[in-house]
Amino acid sequence: MRLRGRDWAFYVQAAGLVGLWGLTGIVVWWFVWRAYDLHRFADQWTPAVVVGAGVCACLALFASVMTYVFLAVGGRSEGKPPDLPIDEVERKLTHGVLRPWSWKGRAVAAALSVVVAWALYCWWYQLSNGLVVTGLSRPVFWALYITNFVFFIGISYGGTLVSAILRIAKGEWRRPVTRAAEAVAVLVLMMGGWNIFLDLGRPDRVEKLFDRGRLESPLEWDVVAISTYVIGCVLYLYLPLIPDLGMLRNRVKGWRKPIYHLFSFGWTGAEAQKQALERAISVTAVMIVPIAVSVHSVVGWVFALTVQPMWHSTILGPYFVLGAMFSGVAALILVLAVLRRAMRLQDFIRPVQFDYLGMLLLVLACLWLYFTISENLTVYWGAEHAELAVLVEKLSGRFAPLYWVMLIGCFFLPLLLLSRKRTRTVAGTVIASAGVVIGMWIERYTIVVPTMEAPRLPVDAPHYSPSWVELSLMAGCFAMFGLMYMLFTRLFPVVSLWEMREGREVSAGEAAERIRAYFPFGAPQGPATDGGRQ
Amino acid sequence: MSRWGMRIDLDRCTACGACAVACAQENNVPLGQPAKAFQHLVRWLELLPVKRGEYPRADVRVFPMPCQHCDKPPCTKVCPVYATYRSPEGLVPQIYPQCIGCRYCVNACPYTCKYYNWEDPQWPEPMERGLNPDVSIRTRGVTEKCNFCLHRLQKARDAAAIDGKELDPKDYRPACQVICPTEAIFLGDIDDPSGDVASAREDPRAMRLLEELGTEPKITYLKERGP
Repeated sequence: MRLRGRDWAFYVQAAGLVGLWGLTGIVVWWFVWRAYDLHRFADQWTPAVVVGAGVCACLALFASVMTYVFLAVGGRSEGKPPDLPIDEVERKLTHGVLRPWSWKGRAVAAALSVVVAWALYCWWYQLSNGLVVTGLSRPVFWALYITNFVFFIGISYGGTLVSAILRIAKGEWRRPVTRAAEAVAVLVLMMGGWNIFLDLGRPDRVEKLFDRGRLESPLEWDVVAISTYVIGCVLYLYLPLIPDLGMLRNRVKGWRKPIYHLFSFGWTGAEAQKQALERAISVTAVMIVPIAVSVHSVVGWVFALTVQPMWHSTILGPYFVLGAMFSGVAALILVLAVLRRAMRLQDFIRPVQFDYLGMLLLVLACLWLYFTISENLTVYWGAEHAELAVLVEKLSGRFAPLYWVMLIGCFFLPLLLLSRKRTRTVAGTVIASAGVVIGMWIERYTIVVPTMEAPRLPVDAPHYSPSWVELSLMAGCFAMFGLMYMLFTRLFPVVSLWEMREGREVSAGEAAERIRAYFPFGAPQGPATDGGRQ
Repeated sequence: MSRWGMRIDLDRCTACGACAVACAQENNVPLGQPAKAFQHLVRWLELLPVKRGEYPRADVRVFPMPCQHCDKPPCTKVCPVYATYRSPEGLVPQIYPQCIGCRYCVNACPYTCKYYNWEDPQWPEPMERGLNPDVSIRTRGVTEKCNFCLHRLQKARDAAAIDGKELDPKDYRPACQVICPTEAIFLGDIDDPSGDVASAREDPRAMRLLEELGTEPKITYLKERGP
C-alpha cells in the first residue's frame, strides 16, 4: 500500500499511534508487575491476571483499530484532500459549528459557567477543610458523591447502548441520534470520574492506585474498567466523526482548521475509505457493548462484594447494568429534546425517534420493575434481620417518600405515558424520561444510603442529609455537563452529516432490498416463481 | 508465630469506660469537643450498648468494641492501595500515609469499627504536649482504627531482643488491658493452648460478634453469668 503525502498531520498521527501502542504496552507491563507484586505479598494475584487480560485485549484492539484507520483511511488519501460538498439540508446541521452563538446560547452558557464556578469554589472549600463540610458522618461514609458517580456512569451506558446496538442491528432510525448519544456517553463519564475525586479524602494520593494498585479490590477493577471504557467511548465517538471533520475541514477558520485536518485523516469520501471506516466502526461498536456491561457490573459489585445488608446480593451487577441502560436512554431522550428545541433540529430529530426510544424505555421500565421486585422479594422472604431492617426503612421508613417517588417515576409514569400511542409523543416521552432520570437517581441514592444508616451492630446512626457543599457540587456536575455539551455542539455537528446522507442515499434502497428478501414473493428468483417462468 | 487475640469478660466489665479513655490517650485520638458533631468523633474503642428486652424488663449490656481483628477481614480485601492488611501475626493495622481516603474498607466492615478523619485533629492547649511519641498523628482524609497498640508489641519485642530473649506474650499488653481495673480485657496468643485467650475461646460463655458472617473475629466475649 502506498502511503500518502507526508505533511505534518501524517507525523502527528503516526506519533499518536505510537503513543496508543505505547500505552497498551505500559498497561500490559503494569498488570504483569502488579500480578508479580501481589504474588510477592502472598496476596490474590489471579484477579490481576484475569482483569489484565481483558483490559489489555481491549486496549490492543483499540490500538489496532486506530492503526487500521491510519493505514486504510489515511493511507488511501492522495495529495491534498478535496473540498467535500455539503448540500442545503446538511447546511442546517452545520449551523451550530459554523455560525456564532445566539445571545440566548451565550446567556445559557454564562449561567452554566456561574454554577460551575460556584461548584469549583465549593470544591476548593472542601479540599481546604476536609470532608467535614459534607453531611457525611459515621456510619454514613458514602452518600451523594457516590450516588452521583453511579448515576453518571450509568447514564453513559444509554449513549453507547443506543448507538452501538442500533448500529449493529441496522436500526435505520438511529441515524440522527447516534452522535448525540455518543457525546452524552463521553461527557457524563467525565462527571462520574469527577465525583470520585470529590469523594476521596486524599485526592492528592490518587497515584497510589497505580503504584500500589491491589487488583483484589473491586474499587481497583472500577479504576481499570472505567479507564478502558473512557478510551473506548472516546474512540467510538471519534471514529464516526472522521467524515464530518473531512467535510468541515475547509469551512472552518482559525485554530479549528489544523485540528480538523489532523483528525480527519485526509478524508476524501472515497469508497475504499468508507468501507474501511465502516469496518472500524462496527468492530468498535461490537467491542463497546461488553465493555459497558463489565463497567456497570463492576460498579454494582463494588457494593455487592461487601457483606453489608442489601448490598451483598447477586442481583446488583445485572441490576446496575439494566439501570444504566434505563437511565441512559431516558437521559438521551431529554438531551435530544433540548437539542432539537435549542438548535432547531425538528426536521432531523423527529417524533418517530422519540416514539421508538419511548418504546425502548417502556420495555426497560418493565424489566426494571421485575429486577426491583426480585431484589426486594428475596430480602423480604429471606427475612434476615439486618437485611429486613434496610428494606423496611426503604418501603415504609425514612426513605419511603423517596422510594415511592422512585417507583412512580421509574415505572408508573412511563407505563402510563408510553404504553399508549396517543401519549407517546415528544412531550409524553420527555415527561416520562424526566420521571425516569429522577427516579433512577433516587434508586442509586436508596441503594447507597439506607444500608449505611442501618449497620448490623446497634451503632448510633444519624440520618444523613446533604450539606450545601454537596448540593452545590451536584449542581456543578450537571452544569458542567451542560456546558461541555454546548461546547461539543460548537465544535462538532451534533447530528452526523455523513450518516444522514448515507441513510438517504444508500440505506433507503438497502432496507427496501432487505425487506424484500424476507419474503418469497418479493425475491426475483424463488421457487414460487419457477412455474411462471417461460 | 503468635496469633494475637483478645478476650473480654463481660461478667467482669463494669462499663467504667476507662479502656476507651486510655485508648484515646495512648493512640493520640483527638478529644471530643462541644462544637464537634458527635458522629465525627474518632473512637478506636467504643462502648457499644446493646439493648435487651423491652420496657419494663429492658436491660443494657455494654460491649467494649475495639477492632475485631478478623482472621478473614472484609476490610483488607477491598482496599485498593495496601493501606490495610492482615499481618502474619493476625493483626489488622492501617497504614496512614498509604491511605487515599476512599472509605471502602470502612463501609465493608460489618462491625463499624473503622473511623475516618473528617478534619485535621485538634487538641486543647495543654493536651497537645501530652501526645504519645510512639504513635503517629493522622491527617484529615485518612481512615484509622484500633491496631491492638501495635507499637507496644514492637517495644516489647525490642526490649526482649536487647536482653537476647524471645518475646514473652505477657509483656505485650495494649493500653485498654493495662488500665482495666477488673482485668476484663486480656490480650494473648490464641495458638498457645495453655494461654488465657485460647481457653476463653473454649469457655461455654464464649461468643464472638457476627460470627455468622465468616469473618472469624479474634475478640472473644465471655457472656455474663446469671444475675
